[in-house]
Amino acid sequence: MKNFMFGTTAVLAMIAGTAMAEEVRVYNWSDYIDEGLLTKFEEETGIDLIYDVFDSNEVLETKMLAGGSGYDVVVPSGTFLQRQIAAGAFQELDKSQLPNAENLWDVIKDRTAEYDPGNAYSINYMWGTTGIGVNVAKVQEVLGDDAAIGSLDLIFDPANMEKLASCGVHFLDAPTEIIPAALQYIGEDPDSHDPDVIARTEPVLMAVRPYVQKFHSSEYINALANGDICVAVGWSGDILQARDRAAEADNGVEIAYNAPTEGALMWFDQMAIPADAPNPEAAHTFLNFIMDAQNMAAASNYVYYANGNAASKEFLAEDVIGDVAIYPDEATLANLYTVTPYPARVQRTVTRLWTKIKSGT
Amino acid sequence: MGQLERKRGGAPVAMRRLTLITVPYLWLLALFLIPFAIVFKISLSDIALAIPPYTPTMEDGLWALLSQLDFENFVFLTEDDLYWKAYLSSLQIALISTVLTLLVGYPMAYAMARAPEEWRPTLMMLVILPFWTSFLIRVYAWVGILSSEGFLNQFLLWLGIVDTPLKILNTNTAVYVGIVYTYLPFMILPIYAALDRLDGSLIEAAEDLGCSRLEAFWLVTIPLSKNGIIAGCFLVFIPALGEFVIPSLLGGSGTLMIGKVLFEEFFANRDWPVASAVAVILLLILIVPIVLFQRNEQRQAKAEK
Repeated sequence: MKNFMFGTTAVLAMIAGTAMAEEVRVYNWSDYIDEGLLTKFEEETGIDLIYDVFDSNEVLETKMLAGGSGYDVVVPSGTFLQRQIAAGAFQELDKSQLPNAENLWDVIKDRTAEYDPGNAYSINYMWGTTGIGVNVAKVQEVLGDDAAIGSLDLIFDPANMEKLASCGVHFLDAPTEIIPAALQYIGEDPDSHDPDVIARTEPVLMAVRPYVQKFHSSEYINALANGDICVAVGWSGDILQARDRAAEADNGVEIAYNAPTEGALMWFDQMAIPADAPNPEAAHTFLNFIMDAQNMAAASNYVYYANGNAASKEFLAEDVIGDVAIYPDEATLANLYTVTPYPARVQRTVTRLWTKIKSGT
Repeated sequence: MGQLERKRGGAPVAMRRLTLITVPYLWLLALFLIPFAIVFKISLSDIALAIPPYTPTMEDGLWALLSQLDFENFVFLTEDDLYWKAYLSSLQIALISTVLTLLVGYPMAYAMARAPEEWRPTLMMLVILPFWTSFLIRVYAWVGILSSEGFLNQFLLWLGIVDTPLKILNTNTAVYVGIVYTYLPFMILPIYAALDRLDGSLIEAAEDLGCSRLEAFWLVTIPLSKNGIIAGCFLVFIPALGEFVIPSLLGGSGTLMIGKVLFEEFFANRDWPVASAVAVILLLILIVPIVLFQRNEQRQAKAEK
């Protein structure tokens, strides 16, 4: 009997032991953090961090709407966040567990409140613009020295694209980013939800589609850095990472990023806690850790995206805070636009248009 | 007394037979019918902004659930030419790849069956060996082989056969390569099994009766391995039709396959009901070859009796 009791206690202790080895599961965008921060978090808190990555909002959203994703922290972009909040996918943040929230930057908080009123469900992780990355030398070789590398003309004028096709062009596989850009190019409201207005981008995109080598949302970082392609419509920080990788490889590839002069999409990636997160407490600990000024600065210095953390600015490297491609000046900032989520019917039109653009059917 | 004993002995036999019949049916029920019923139910639902993203759900009560179902999503599939084009293009890709796999697989199976007895286990092992690596990684490896800076182009450039790299990756050619490579073992194994059983004296007899070697092959070997060919073709055709991973990794933006359309419906549109309708139709298309396959198997079983 004593043995039996001893055995039971041992088993119970083992079960308790596994339960106490705390875990937090984070699902973030690929190439989006300084991995040193992950080990630092584990060392500081003793919580095991399981870190997975994705490269499309759509994949994340499907997981969120299916429920039971098993993640404690996820990072949707603003428009997607707004819809997922409406679907009941997230839990309200407990601000008392987030003392570092005072570091957040009001300018960004005001803008993200559009998607998440009162910032009740999310904190800003990074923000950036969608623009054009070019391999300067190759583009000038093809289009001449006065090529307008910062204009939407570069990617939406078939005459330019026909020539650029020889050195390779990638577009993001993200209709919710490319279609607003095309709308902006033809002088319509980039945030239009009117299917007829959206349909006007079809001829623009169909005209350049034959010259797009690939629609993909992460391959262009390496492709630009290696010199495999000369133009990528992509996210600011990703293109700057490509610039950095090329510089490190010292392969003679010089990459430049420009937010289109006609206006660029500004987006926000928000950290939120799923309603059914297994360990919301550890999730809060993680969010608080990320909002630490020095940690957030380390992340930005690594990935070349601006963050929503005012206190982190003093720790930012000069080539981050001083680069207008990352922290735009007033004039550029005024030229940035934001978009809101499409209702289901409009979303279907957009996806259908996108399929047509990608496959020709 | 004797009769009673027989009855006693009869019960376990009947029980055993019943269990034997029930197990496969339970298997079918659990792994095919129930999942299909769930998918079919979702295909009759409407899209909603909720978790899960469709309505009605079981929580609404059974009657409300049944009364709200309709065939709207199936009607929608007929209204847009994307869907039938994708089904047709998938059928075409699956058909061509099946023929290609047969052309590559048959000689390999033939060589294996004709190889010296002691080599056969090793050859068999070599056919099965790729399964030890994840399917995804094996398909991804082709990206490195077929890309414009890939091994194949490097090799061809080095040989001087081409002066500019061939564009293979992101085209349908790459999809065919991927499917043929991936499904080759499913073609080889049944054909090998058929050829292995083939009585060599039949071919000798054919040759004695005046057939050339080619005629003997065409008139004796091929017909006798017909069942292996049919089994192999179905094993390749059926999964190739719904293939998603190969076209998305190796295919280009112009590669239209129903697996990709399904993915878009599910992930980009978050429209589970339409995605389910696409899946139900795909299944109906697959039932035709599956029934044909079944018939063939039954005929074969009868012939063997």
